[in-house]
Amino acid sequence: MKPFAYVSAPDVATAVRVIAAEPNAKFIGGGTNLVDLMREDIEQPDTVVDITRLPLTEIEELPGGGVRVGALVRNSHLAAHRLIRTRYPVLSQAILAGASAQLRNMATVGGNLLQRTRCPYFYDGAAACNKRVPGSGCDAIGGFNRNHAVLGVSDDCIATHPSDMCVALAALDATVEVQSVRGLRRVPLADFYRLPGGTPHLETALEPDELITAVEVPELTAPSSYRKVRDRASYAFALVSVAAALEVTDGVVTDVRLALGGVAAKPWRARQAEAVLLGAPATDESFRRAAEAELEPAVGRPDNTFKIELAQRTIVATLRRLSDRSLGVGRMA
Amino acid sequence: MVTLRMRVNGTTRSLDIEPWVSLLDALREQLDLTGTKKGCDQGACGACTVLADGERINSCLALAVQYEDRDITTIEGITHPIQQAFIEHDGFQCGYCTSGQICSAIGMLAEHGAGMPSAVTEPGATGLSEAEIRERMSGNLCRCGAYNGIVDAIKEVAR
Amino acid sequence: MTTTETQSPPRERAVGQGIDRVDGPEKTTGKARFAAEFPYPDLAYAALVHATVARGRITGIDAKAAEAVTGVLSVITHLNAPVLKPAPARSMLDLSTMVSATSVNYLNTDEVHWDGQPVAVVVAESLEAARRGAALVEVTYQEFPAAVDFAAEEANAKPQKNSLLGAGSAKKGDAEAALAAAPVSVDLRFTTPPHNHNAIEPHATTAIWDGDRLTVHEGSQAIAWMRKHLALRFGIPERNVRMTSPYVGGGFGGKGLIWPGTILTALAARATGRPVRMMLTREGVYRTVGGRTPSIQRVALGAGQDGRLTALIHTSVTRSGKVGGGPEQVTGAAGHLYDAENILLQQNLVEMDLIPNTFMRAPGEAIGTFALEAAVDELAGELGVDPIELRMRNEPARNPLDGKRFAHRMLREAYALGAERFGWAERTPEPGSMRDGRWLVGMGVATAYHPSVQFTANVTARLSADGTVVVRCGFQEMGMGGATAQAQIAADELGVPYEAVRVEYGDTDLPTGPMAGGSAQTASIAASLLAACAKLKGEVLGLARRSGDSPLRGQRLAGVEARDGGLYRLDRPDSGESYEAILSRAGRPYVEAAIGAESGLGAVAGQVRFMAKFLSDQRRWVKAACGAQFCEVRVDQDTGEVRVSRWLGVFDVGRVINAKTAASQLRGGIVMGIGMALSEETLVDPRNGRVMNPGLGDYHVPVHADIPPIDIHYLDEPDPTMPLGLLGIGEVSITGVAGAIASAVHHATGKRVRDLPITLDKLL
Repeated sequence: MKPFAYVSAPDVATAVRVIAAEPNAKFIGGGTNLVDLMREDIEQPDTVVDITRLPLTEIEELPGGGVRVGALVRNSHLAAHRLIRTRYPVLSQAILAGASAQLRNMATVGGNLLQRTRCPYFYDGAAACNKRVPGSGCDAIGGFNRNHAVLGVSDDCIATHPSDMCVALAALDATVEVQSVRGLRRVPLADFYRLPGGTPHLETALEPDELITAVEVPELTAPSSYRKVRDRASYAFALVSVAAALEVTDGVVTDVRLALGGVAAKPWRARQAEAVLLGAPATDESFRRAAEAELEPAVGRPDNTFKIELAQRTIVATLRRLSDRSLGVGRMA
Repeated sequence: MVTLRMRVNGTTRSLDIEPWVSLLDALREQLDLTGTKKGCDQGACGACTVLADGERINSCLALAVQYEDRDITTIEGITHPIQQAFIEHDGFQCGYCTSGQICSAIGMLAEHGAGMPSAVTEPGATGLSEAEIRERMSGNLCRCGAYNGIVDAIKEVAR
Repeated sequence: MTTTETQSPPRERAVGQGIDRVDGPEKTTGKARFAAEFPYPDLAYAALVHATVARGRITGIDAKAAEAVTGVLSVITHLNAPVLKPAPARSMLDLSTMVSATSVNYLNTDEVHWDGQPVAVVVAESLEAARRGAALVEVTYQEFPAAVDFAAEEANAKPQKNSLLGAGSAKKGDAEAALAAAPVSVDLRFTTPPHNHNAIEPHATTAIWDGDRLTVHEGSQAIAWMRKHLALRFGIPERNVRMTSPYVGGGFGGKGLIWPGTILTALAARATGRPVRMMLTREGVYRTVGGRTPSIQRVALGAGQDGRLTALIHTSVTRSGKVGGGPEQVTGAAGHLYDAENILLQQNLVEMDLIPNTFMRAPGEAIGTFALEAAVDELAGELGVDPIELRMRNEPARNPLDGKRFAHRMLREAYALGAERFGWAERTPEPGSMRDGRWLVGMGVATAYHPSVQFTANVTARLSADGTVVVRCGFQEMGMGGATAQAQIAADELGVPYEAVRVEYGDTDLPTGPMAGGSAQTASIAASLLAACAKLKGEVLGLARRSGDSPLRGQRLAGVEARDGGLYRLDRPDSGESYEAILSRAGRPYVEAAIGAESGLGAVAGQVRFMAKFLSDQRRWVKAACGAQFCEVRVDQDTGEVRVSRWLGVFDVGRVINAKTAASQLRGGIVMGIGMALSEETLVDPRNGRVMNPGLGDYHVPVHADIPPIDIHYLDEPDPTMPLGLLGIGEVSITGVAGAIASAVHHATGKRVRDLPITLDKLL
């Protein structure tokens, strides 16, 4: 780990002032990703600004029925919160599907949004990686890429975004509140993440001096759930995950939100599938058609082509279970 | 170098420490509390689990400097029936993951007691089934494969 | 835990009981100190720099930035390292030479033989400075072409005459012709990936020099051999080296040989004059400690319509490194399990520019039994015969290859008990016929098999006048419960309470123990301990007989038994004396017995005795632990996720010394086998030979949620050829596991996956 100066910020104003004044500074929350990246010399800040003492730990109900979550609410607390469990099961389940209890106790909401990829070539200083060293190439293309992306990829990068929580937030139309010395702004999650294109090292819309202060989630009335498919029964990153909310009225889909994890450089909102589903009968055929529409542009590699089929099957299975539930069909084992 | 205070196993300790030293290394190398183990140093095995204000965390991914004035409990500070249950149910072989398993189990029982759900919690369910224990303990690897004994030990103490 | 009924012993014996392991309190309170936890004043820390090319020559090292890091004491490279003597050539005539994991003379050469080989060591005042320094060392290389793609090297594999302690090939009749003529046959290709041990304790060493004397604290499975190796490398007498290993945080074979970290820590301590500690990073373990070889296997089986095997062919290709490693007994079990008329076994090996392979829990057999047992299941499917029934029809009375007797074989009993307890009869044979909601359910079985060997062990046992016993033997404890088991044995032999026995181990200052490998440690020590206890009793009886008023006067050893802390006549059970009475009358605070010689002619004689016994055992009979593995899997109908939902194993492991620890160890092998079957794979990039998943986040060992309750049964019938009738249990239970799972997955889905691990993408 490269030595760094440590500053503990007592309040938001100080935090954003310090970060604006230091050219190569990073905020640290729970540290679960940043400490690892610093230990691997992938992140090498000169200054680390500790924000864990900032008063951003509230979960509040919003007047319009939504919820505002402070950026420093820890993942475990968010997942366990009554409002989240009852109104946004998809969000609670997504968080609980990620990492381990210990990590969820440490990790913050803001930090989770900024998780970096687990691509092994990104982590290996001896490998070529455009994300780590722009212009150096991509060893994952032509290398081991079983866990890599099939949607939104470029010739420069096929890494995935590793978060589960963010997949649910993508489905929920969340908004990210960010603050800097220039003031406060709100970025819809849909605009928060960037696709790799020719600049895979640029991952979000966040400026280097901006601090995530909260995430807002609008009201959700449709039943929702999160399904994660992985190589172990627990404590593994997603091969494919699906965050879904589905309202079925008289056998017809009247509201649907769908997002995918493990398949793209960002939490992937499945707009194509939603368009197919809205107004369509809630049947396996519709679900399959919607899934096919979403994965139509997918690009597979030798190791990860299976994700295209797996994603479609997981979409269908997740929607089927939600649909069965809203039709009152008994849950399957 | 930063000077910081931390309560460790009920005693206030003062540490002179570089900010890039992890809580795990501070415990092991500076305070000689070697019961907390390093298995991966990347949050992937759980051997370094300690309790921070009663909550289980991975001390390998924690910068010690971030835990100023916090209350840290390591295996050396634990006296709990689960230790005997681990022995009786043979919840370990080599013993290297054991401190982490025990700290994790204590934290887990508290989380469950507080009503926190896991990925396998069915709506409305409150019991601590075997499936619940296994899911909630999945952040603690045991390569000797003592999982059955660990689950049995936890079941006994949770009763 | 249940066992079959056995005759109840005449009195309460410690052997067989499920006694809590003796180190439980230390391990559950954090007091047990492992190799990286011995405090020394003035301790320095070391970190490795790894080569990033598979084969080449170092052309330059720039250590300036590293040396500038605050706290860095020294950057040691081949340009400034102390001279090390080369590793001794490996020879069966001196088993300690087998401990050389590689032939590379680290930091005494500019040659690079694998991606990951250490090319520099940074020593610093702190762990953080050492690691930071290591990250800043710049090394340049001249790269040479390298053989790193196992699949591409298959054609270059060479037939092997030998493997680890066994034959590399065997032949009976004309198996190819019989296969061609067989009315029913399968001819299948299986592949398995490389695996890493992943003991949760990374390899760690603390090394301290005092003049020409070296003390090393090491997590080791072979302290005596490593001590000798270090003495040779540093050019000092063996007696000048002390290695301690009181606790080992998991080994599984990975700490059996001496890998660069150990040698370089001692070298760093020598170079800096400081006590040095080095715990490898998890990545460092992958880069500098070998693992299990990948394999390509062919299993071909021919049978008559009655299911009797006419042909059995099992061949394998595995790899070693050009600088070490060797063949593993992949086809070993195939020579012993089925009564085929014609048998052909052939192992082939290709040497590559990769870190050498090394033994990992049941080397060869773990992957060999996957292919063999999955193939037997496929043949059962072809024949339309129940897979257990097919095995029973081919269960041999004598060793199929050469007609040798089995020392012990209870596979029929294991299957019968297992089928009953598991509920095998409820299985409907048609693939895909069993469901539970969205889960497809499958059941599978396989045979477990692992040969038994014994090493030599020097043991002393001391019986004190107060009735306490100290057993001393420099063996290793990685969690098998060795000290607990030996205490139980000594307690019974000497007739003292189990609590009165203390076992000292894990230190080369003790009598030389066996290495912990080959599932041989417990039996090897037990053999010597039994002899030591007999000697002790003889000596005590001698003291009693010399005394005029002892009730044991005139008695011979065969006429007395040790019980209740003394010796008592068998013909008159109330007549005898306590040890305390005998020893205090004789004015002796203790008596002591030693088995085995430590040096000179005696040690050579011990070695010769080992080889003689090994060879004569091999000539006389085939001995092995075996068992029947039963599993139930669930496969998600949509996603292909496989979960093991039930496991039952019945093992024929001779006499069980400790019911609790034995069951745990058998479970542990099954857990590792489940990982091997479903998720474990070391990814070696075929473009450059670099391990690309060197961490526990990417190499998936099973977690709690992956492991169902595992029901262990054992038959508890002593093997007549082994001390106390015990057979090794460390490895047998991983064998067959992957075969059982592959068969269960087929039963659930109708799909045969012959390439491990069975990940969901192979089932879509």
